[in-house]
Amino acid sequence: MVERRASTTAAGALQQSLRRRWRWRERVIEAWILMAGVLAVVVLLGIVVLLLKEGLPVFAHTPPWEFLFGTHWYPVSEPPTFGIAPFFVATLWVTLVATAIAVPVGVGCAAYLSEVAPTALRETLKPIIEMLAGIPSVVMGFIGLLLLSPLVQSMFNLNTGLCGLTAGIMLSLMSLPIIVSVSEDALGAVPNEFREASYALGATRWETIRHVCIPAALSGIAAATMLGVGRAIGETMTVLMVAGGALAVPVSPTEPMMPMTAALASGIGNAVRGGLQYQALFAIGLILFIMTLSVNLVADRVLARQKRRFGSGGGR
Amino acid sequence: MKLSQSWLRLTLAALLVAVLAVAGCGGDSGTPTDNDLSGSIKVIGSNTVTPLTAVWAEDFMAIHPKVNIAVSGPGSGVGIASLINGTTDICQASRKIRPTEINQAQANGVDPYETQVATDALSVVVHPSNPVSQLTIAQLSAIYTSQITNWNEVGGKNASIVAIARDTNSGTHVFFKEEVVQMKGLPQEDTSLEYGPSVLFLPSTSEGVEQVAANPNAIFYPGLGYVTNEVNALGIKKTPDDPAVAPSVETALDGTYPIARPLLYYTDGEPAGVSKAFIDYCLSDEGQEKVTDVGYVPLH
Repeated sequence: MVERRASTTAAGALQQSLRRRWRWRERVIEAWILMAGVLAVVVLLGIVVLLLKEGLPVFAHTPPWEFLFGTHWYPVSEPPTFGIAPFFVATLWVTLVATAIAVPVGVGCAAYLSEVAPTALRETLKPIIEMLAGIPSVVMGFIGLLLLSPLVQSMFNLNTGLCGLTAGIMLSLMSLPIIVSVSEDALGAVPNEFREASYALGATRWETIRHVCIPAALSGIAAATMLGVGRAIGETMTVLMVAGGALAVPVSPTEPMMPMTAALASGIGNAVRGGLQYQALFAIGLILFIMTLSVNLVADRVLARQKRRFGSGGGR
Repeated sequence: MKLSQSWLRLTLAALLVAVLAVAGCGGDSGTPTDNDLSGSIKVIGSNTVTPLTAVWAEDFMAIHPKVNIAVSGPGSGVGIASLINGTTDICQASRKIRPTEINQAQANGVDPYETQVATDALSVVVHPSNPVSQLTIAQLSAIYTSQITNWNEVGGKNASIVAIARDTNSGTHVFFKEEVVQMKGLPQEDTSLEYGPSVLFLPSTSEGVEQVAANPNAIFYPGLGYVTNEVNALGIKKTPDDPAVAPSVETALDGTYPIARPLLYYTDGEPAGVSKAFIDYCLSDEGQEKVTDVGYVPLH
């Protein structure tokens, strides 16, 4: 009896020490995760603060409206002039072209992979398409420079193939892998019952894809599109190489232009820390940041509304 | 356990990187004697000067195997900014440092010291099929301010001009703007003139030359060392009455080519240590011979 009690207490002690050790481990891991989370937030806030601190002082030299709507950018002249309207419009054009090409092609490709292609083909094609995302942007720039720009020049009978259209096409190729991959995942997540119900009502495969699968996966497809747009807005090397870099406000995508990222990249090297040009470039960075932020916010709104509408339609 | 091991590995890797970085930043610590000169220096700046500096650096490193010279050419502006920020040993430049930049440098405790290492005849090139063979400075200014936009206005075909320039990082961008676009030293000189809205700004000189080689309507201004057989260098007339002068070593040396310019090295104070030995080599007879090989104009 005594022996038995002793063994129970020994086992209890062991269990307790184990539990204590686990609790200790748990605490370390919890602290680690908390630290990682805090670090991410702090770094993000730090970036915002840095952008504001370095970028805002330029508005003492050039008022914000002149900075935004001014059409002259002469940072190395005496005195310098900072107007980013040409860069802003160029970014809009290039992103528009990229999105207009990449979204229909990307969603179509995802629908094919998810709904039509046999499993074996899908399992081979998807990794290959995802590998496209790994091509360095400078390589895409070279391809644009050597292969695409002469083609665009002769097809559209332009003076030069270095233009927003060429840059937009290259960017669409670069955002395709993200759009295809994320959209395919979204379509794959649509429950099979949806398709079966649709077929049971006599719908064809196309009607099922068009009216059931794509609407059901719309939130994922919208997310994919936003990721693609984000990539197009932020991409630098390719647009620096193939967009042409002219300072006029572009009225058509077939003109040479300099998107905001290219203006930043081509100017930051010779900007002296704390100088006016340095501040102006940081202000461009700040505006780029605000642009992507608002794209994401709008996307969130649209997504929420779509979901609600779809929900009330009775699908889910 | 696994976690701590991978952390150990990461720390070791970081340490290794740090040691290498410290070793790489040795700077001018080497003794400046000919036999065992060692150390590493950085040369940053002009895209135009880079081919020349690269040749000099290779030869110098062959003579002094313990010396390491890193050369990069993002543009004169980048080089001067690096000199001001104290992140380079030598700044190579295809334009002179500005008074405002000297002030910024002195505010940072840097005293820019200028050494001319060669001369360049800034060439204006077009496609070989272009019938235009000469232009005046005023015509070039009108082309680069987008006032003249068709080749038939300067005696060529009826085709739009694709005027290509370097981006604002480039010393050539600034030199060409001051000397040609603003017509420095001519009666029409106007310092308020800027590059026009339809000018293309490209990030490197070789890309500009490639574009001209591929586009019958393009015009660009590379340094003499970048002129290839695939493009045609124009004769330049200072005024319509002057004779057209083609860019070459001879015309730059005798001063008849109107847009010749010095190629410069800037150091913080007088060069010392490895930097001094390197610049002395560049200025030696042997070094100046290389200048002609690369396509620029030697000092003597």
